[in-house]
Amino acid sequence: MKLRLKQILESALSDIRNASSKEALESARVRYLGKKGELTSILRGMGSLSAEERPAMGQIANEVRAAIEKALEEAAAAIERHAFDARMERETIDVTVPGKKPAPGKKHPLNIVLDELCDIFTGMGFSIAEGPEVELDYYNFEALNIPKNHPARDTQDTFYINDNIVLRTQTSPMQIRTMEKQKPPIRIIAPGRVFRSDAVDANHSPVFHQIEGLVVDKGVTMGDLKGTLEIFAKKLYGEDTRVRFRPHHFPFTEPSAEMDMMCFKCQGEGCRLCKGEGWIEILGCGMVHPRVLKTCGIDPDVYSGFAFGIGLERIVMRRYKIDDMRLLFENDARFLSQF
Amino acid sequence: MKLPYHWLSEYTDVHESPKNYAARMTMTGSKVEGWECPADEIQHVVVGRVLSVKPHPHADKLVICQVDVGEKTLQICTGAPNIRENVLVPVALDGAILPGGHAIATTTMRGELSQGMMCSFAELGLTQGDVPYGDPDGLLFLPEGNPGDDICPMFGLDDVIFDFEITPNRPDCLSVIGLARESAASFGKELRLHTPAVRQTSGDIHELLSVEIQAPDLCPRYSAAMVKNIKIEPSPQWMRERLRNAGVRPINNIVDITNYVMLEYGQPMHAFDYSCIEQNKIIVRRSVPGEVLTTLDGQKRTPAPDTLLIADPVKGVGIAGVMGGENSEITENTRMVVFESATFSGPSVRVASRRIGMRTEASGRFEKGLDCENTMPALMRACELVEMLGAGDVIGGVIDAYPVPKKTRLLPFEPDKMRALVGADIPEEDMKNSLLSLGFGLENGMVSVPSWRDDAEGMADLAEEVARMYGYDKIEPTLLTGAATIGGRNDWQKFEQLVRSACISTGFLETVTLSFLGPKVFDRLLLPENSPLRIAVPIQNPLGEDQSLMRTTPLHSMLEVAARNYNFRTPAMKGFELTTTYTPAIKNGTADLNVLPAENRILTLMSYGSGDFYDLKGAAEAILDAVSVYGLEVLPCHDNPSYHPGRCGQMFVKDQPVGVIGQIHPLCAKNYGIGCDVYMAEIDMHKLFALRDAEKMYHPLPKYPAVSRDLAVIVRESVTVLELEKTISAAAGEHLESVALFDIYRGSQVPAGQKSAAFSLSFRCFDRTLTDSEVDDAMSRALAALEKEYGAVLRA
Repeated sequence: MKLRLKQILESALSDIRNASSKEALESARVRYLGKKGELTSILRGMGSLSAEERPAMGQIANEVRAAIEKALEEAAAAIERHAFDARMERETIDVTVPGKKPAPGKKHPLNIVLDELCDIFTGMGFSIAEGPEVELDYYNFEALNIPKNHPARDTQDTFYINDNIVLRTQTSPMQIRTMEKQKPPIRIIAPGRVFRSDAVDANHSPVFHQIEGLVVDKGVTMGDLKGTLEIFAKKLYGEDTRVRFRPHHFPFTEPSAEMDMMCFKCQGEGCRLCKGEGWIEILGCGMVHPRVLKTCGIDPDVYSGFAFGIGLERIVMRRYKIDDMRLLFENDARFLSQF
Repeated sequence: MKLPYHWLSEYTDVHESPKNYAARMTMTGSKVEGWECPADEIQHVVVGRVLSVKPHPHADKLVICQVDVGEKTLQICTGAPNIRENVLVPVALDGAILPGGHAIATTTMRGELSQGMMCSFAELGLTQGDVPYGDPDGLLFLPEGNPGDDICPMFGLDDVIFDFEITPNRPDCLSVIGLARESAASFGKELRLHTPAVRQTSGDIHELLSVEIQAPDLCPRYSAAMVKNIKIEPSPQWMRERLRNAGVRPINNIVDITNYVMLEYGQPMHAFDYSCIEQNKIIVRRSVPGEVLTTLDGQKRTPAPDTLLIADPVKGVGIAGVMGGENSEITENTRMVVFESATFSGPSVRVASRRIGMRTEASGRFEKGLDCENTMPALMRACELVEMLGAGDVIGGVIDAYPVPKKTRLLPFEPDKMRALVGADIPEEDMKNSLLSLGFGLENGMVSVPSWRDDAEGMADLAEEVARMYGYDKIEPTLLTGAATIGGRNDWQKFEQLVRSACISTGFLETVTLSFLGPKVFDRLLLPENSPLRIAVPIQNPLGEDQSLMRTTPLHSMLEVAARNYNFRTPAMKGFELTTTYTPAIKNGTADLNVLPAENRILTLMSYGSGDFYDLKGAAEAILDAVSVYGLEVLPCHDNPSYHPGRCGQMFVKDQPVGVIGQIHPLCAKNYGIGCDVYMAEIDMHKLFALRDAEKMYHPLPKYPAVSRDLAVIVRESVTVLELEKTISAAAGEHLESVALFDIYRGSQVPAGQKSAAFSLSFRCFDRTLTDSEVDDAMSRALAALEKEYGAVLRA
């Protein structure tokens, strides 16, 4: 009997080894361990053994059963593993095939940079003011110390609706509108669309954007103007940015200045980009003209302030190396989707 | 303003390199835009003497010359017709560069050596005005010079010419003297002014001419002098050089003198023929209505009302401050000349020159307001030059009509206030020195403003003078102190940002379009004649008809975006913009331009080339959801002319109309050249802002399971899904959590003219599990309501 058990074990292990599928394994199990299986029938024959033999033989039989069961288990696991490996093999893809990109929406480059500028100034305690694009001549010019037939009007080719209404040529009217409504301390920026009757070319558009800034409080100095705008330039262009302030003229600021940034390409040596000047003009600024303060009911003997105006398009064009302003307004999807 | 360095050096000793000069001037407020050295364009060109001229053995039209160029004698071939022996000519040596980058080298011409080139004036970049004696078709014969001398200094080409940007508040700097004053102050040098004087005169001007100013408000001062025995000829070379280097074409001695004085003193001069003046009298007056004027150039002109005229008792002869220069050229026959040196009101000149569409060097200066005190020195300078050039005999005396002499403006000297405004501790001595060097006076604590500085009106102006000479770069940058402000974006601005983000995350590209449209657009948009959208704010001076109106609708701008991309073969695009439209107040059926138009903000969505109406509607729903605007309903709208009558809906939120969504009318799309379906939505941003749920609140998650049931009914086509949904929602009771359409079927099992609509209903109770019978009841109620309202039949 012992011999028989050994034979069964060997035969079973051999069958299990040879089984290559779940089904073959199952039939091996039935053949040896099933109700009519070989081991089962041997065990049934245990009754014929003597009481002395029975425990020893029972132990052997159980060991055989355990060995077969273990072998079955391992074989099953191996088959499953193989099947899984085969599936993995089958499912292998070419990962170098290009991905399926969802067509993403994009913010317009003008607004990308505008948001950045607004974030810089709101971080310094500025609020954002907004006002009409179709504007009274009074706000666009007269209250800004530019009376009718003033030569400064020539520097801004104005679209007129009639004698009293214009398309605003600058965001500066927001200085007046703000000061009329709000008493100092004032810290605002006013971004927006402005209009000049310039024909469209690579550097001009009849519609473009400015960001006006205005600070009015007691004791505001030109030093504050420089400090504030230097921080702005460094945040926008990086800590190494160097700026200079150069005297200029605007009718609504006195003293007035323009802020230049050292040309990032030639570091001030002079190159084609900066037209040999070594510096690139960034913005106009100055101390709010006392007459403008007075016009808005703010006493220039008590308060002072500064104002500045930044052209958005040029910053955007410089940032993305866009060489033609028309691209910003043509809205070609191939252009817009690059940002 | 072009400033030749040589001319400047007559007034002050600034010996700086062009780069250093430009840098310092720019930083003290006179911005140098660039400079040029004409000599850089002309290299290795010297004076040569033609020693001999011999025929060329192999060419009829060429000759062989031996030319002495100082250290050696060169053989040069030329074909110039005026070649002869013993003349001085410019010789471009081997290796020479001529204007335009033209290089000269030794060569052979028809077998004969030619070691350079003899030049005409044109080849040196000169014009007939520069060398009136020059033969335009032959070599330039030089009147003087030694062989071997560099040619450039002979024509003043070794100068450096600076180009200044002069701001409109500083007309005084549109002159050599003005810039010399700025230069001297900037470099701490002395300004050498010259008092012009005439040595010999004859006769008395008052016997020949009188001047009457009838409009002293427009002409504060009119000075005049006269010259007789005029000999019109070219002015001398030094004057021609300076004029040319300052960018003015030399013409003849008298015209050149007026231009020279204008450039030097900043005072426009007008020289006119005395014989043009009838009755020996000049009257400065306003034009009378309907007056037609024959100006000195022979043209008939109709000046604007109240234009200031220079007239004689019979006729107007000129428009004050506008006509001059080349339009009143002195002719060969002129014997007696009147020099006019006057000041006119800036705005009046500006209006007049605009009206006749003529801007001159003179009018550009008058517009900015000129110094009344400058007319006499300029006039004397002109007379001095006449004498110096031998251009005529100056008549004794001057006429000087100056009804109200200008008072000197006095301002308090307030160093502390200036320091406080500038934010720099500028020493008082420095302030005084800066002001004095710029021509201001200081006495008894008062600053006297020079007559040419009308722009200096108060402390802030003086502070600028002081600060720019001190150096803006020396002002220490400081941080804002004082009362804190909170800053940041307001709710509306945050909402706009949120809408933008939502559109972008929904796959839309943001566009930025111009604000204009033209009257033809309304037809392209299929708007009826009486559409209020046709009433737009017109621009008086548009760039063109197609940009002559402020847009009343965002459709046109966005359709142009679609058309452009469609034409560029971009197969599909989704675009959005927060568009401003301009709606005028309407009075008597037209735009009321006495008030500003309303500026609306429209969220414009556009899609073509992919998806259909429901894709765009879904996008709109997703965007509104993202910005907390809930409860969007779209109801059919068949009468929006720009949209497909069967594929357009009015958008409502909480029963308020907020916009329109649909397919652009195919005929309208065709008008824009778009050959596919275009979908658009126009949504009022201010309404969305008002209807948003400003505060988000958390809803507890359900603890009990939902029960799902489907309901399919057959109804007439005309019944909308929204109507069915609303009926179900109303009838199914409080436990109905959601109702969603999942299928619409038209076909064999559904009668013609009807459709099957299938909904998925979800029921849930917050605090317990619903029983089947509760849900069955709700379903029955829903079905019954559908049957009752719309005759719907349960689909088996």
